[in-house]
Amino acid sequence: MSAQERQHNPYYLDFEQPIVELEEKIEELRLVGSAQDVNLQEEISRLESKSKALTAEIFSKLSSWDIARLARHPKRPYTLDYIEKIFDDFDELHGDRKFADDPAIVGGVARLDGKPVMVIGHQKGREIKEKVKRNFGMPRPEGYRKALRLMEMAERFHMPVMTFIDTPGAYPGIGAEERGQSEAIALNLAVMSRLKTPIISTVIGEGGSGGALAIGVCDRLFMLQYGMYSVISPEGCASILWKSAEYAADAAEAMGITAQRLKELDLIDAIIEEPLGGAHRDPDMMAARIKLQLTQSLEELTALDRDTLVQQRYDKLTDFERYFG
Amino acid sequence: MSNWLEKIIPGMRRAESRAKANVPEGLWKKCPKCAAVLYRPELERNLDVCPKCHHHMRVSARRRLDMFLDSEGRLEIAADLEPSDRLKFRDTKRYKDRLAAAQKATGEKDALVVMKGKVEGLPVVACAFEFNFMGGSMGAVVGEKFVRAVNAAIEARCGLVCFSASGGARMQEALISLMQMAKTSAALERLKAEGLPYISYMTDPVFGGVSASLAMLGDLNVAEPRALIGFAGPRVIEQTVREKLPEGFQRSEFLLEHGALDMIIPRAQMRTRTASLLAKLMGLPPKGQSGYQEEPELPGDSENSAEPSA
Repeated sequence: MSAQERQHNPYYLDFEQPIVELEEKIEELRLVGSAQDVNLQEEISRLESKSKALTAEIFSKLSSWDIARLARHPKRPYTLDYIEKIFDDFDELHGDRKFADDPAIVGGVARLDGKPVMVIGHQKGREIKEKVKRNFGMPRPEGYRKALRLMEMAERFHMPVMTFIDTPGAYPGIGAEERGQSEAIALNLAVMSRLKTPIISTVIGEGGSGGALAIGVCDRLFMLQYGMYSVISPEGCASILWKSAEYAADAAEAMGITAQRLKELDLIDAIIEEPLGGAHRDPDMMAARIKLQLTQSLEELTALDRDTLVQQRYDKLTDFERYFG
Repeated sequence: MSNWLEKIIPGMRRAESRAKANVPEGLWKKCPKCAAVLYRPELERNLDVCPKCHHHMRVSARRRLDMFLDSEGRLEIAADLEPSDRLKFRDTKRYKDRLAAAQKATGEKDALVVMKGKVEGLPVVACAFEFNFMGGSMGAVVGEKFVRAVNAAIEARCGLVCFSASGGARMQEALISLMQMAKTSAALERLKAEGLPYISYMTDPVFGGVSASLAMLGDLNVAEPRALIGFAGPRVIEQTVREKLPEGFQRSEFLLEHGALDMIIPRAQMRTRTASLLAKLMGLPPKGQSGYQEEPELPGDSENSAEPSA
């Protein structure tokens, strides 16, 4: 049976398939080994190191478009997965107090190494029912207003804010427009720019335009190695500039949506390296690395007095050189 | 009777077509809404509003500021700022070439023009988007110019008015353009902290990153009649929700009804009403014979009268 005839695993991307196949083979050997009491350990070890080498090789030459697809990987950990692994004692808080609770954004109070923090993030769903409930991670104005309410609360109670960005964008719907999607986003940008408490944002998956930035104005901006952050989705950019969404890969390349490119442009503060094969391969390791970055940055930021913190944030946001290069 | 008409009309038609051929190019303009053929000088006197159907036509940034500001004492701010192409962006064309073409077509260096001046005697900093420059899209230059406009208003202790007309963030500047949303919004918070008013004046059309930042953050959000304003474009929404959009969706009147705007101001009242609103927000006396006074007239010496009596 050739590789192409093999069943394509729908939970993995095309370039991951050879790795998945190899892993399935290793798993088969393990089963055979334990059932028939033969020692296949040597063969298994050999295949395991082969699998590692193959993964390293494949992941060393990913295109921007491959990375965009990894950022949207169906198995990628989402905000609530990280909250569970990084923080303790999380209490989710609901609602914007005006209209509704938007499940596409989650937020609440938690502890990071014992210290109270406000955590806010976009939330995607994994199964169909959950995806629909979370509106595929596309917030409505209520989501942004809930986030704003929580951020202002964090300021009052001297809690740092940590946000996790993972959205295709703000929801383009009739109701969302009627209830002021633009105003909701704009107000968050304005208030976050002067919030007198540290804000740390991490792009864990998809950073989709204004819908992402609306919880991403911060003192420190981090991106996971295979996250993406862009002003418009590659498909959207392609359909406008190339007149066809089929040029999404070209658009992804041209816009420079990857962590590496954005670090080179000095638009993000640091890249958090992912485990071999991506965050979904080892969510625990990924969470530990994020946690380390968050605690280190928080230490730096809490050392500043509130006015200095806000002034530094403002200077960075409005810096001329940063945008003109 | 019909014979008489037939004899006359073809002749009249010929005369009419001869007359038209002699009219210099561009002296007439067709209203894009009601298709009425309008005499350009008259249309200009009417501030590019169709006298037949009141359609507010799109105007260039410079024409807008020319219509809005008093003719005396104008000073352009940050006129020299030019876009750079940090990403070396290329789609079917190079961004550099698109910029050059837009600059040639509009005579502007980028999509925002900022001027310090007066409106009915009241000092003001005014910005206007040039929609013909890559759809009025916001990149690093627009963001920087807007921040300088805010700073100029703070320095001059005057109000800020921004006439927006934009498709949103400029894709060719990718994440840099997205960051301008945060940059402009941050600057507006500084203006607010200084207690100076900002009137966001939305004109057809305002979408995406401009709508979701500086345009919706006015102390007063106002718009011209029937301007199309929203976050997502109507086509994107239609494709997403797969239903027909309601009549008048995302028009100024729709936004007013849904609470996003303070008011709709027709172009003919743009100067008088904006000046009157600014003056009230700044605690200035009503309009006198020579427009608004720069400083409120306080009885006696203003510095001493501010002191509590000993």
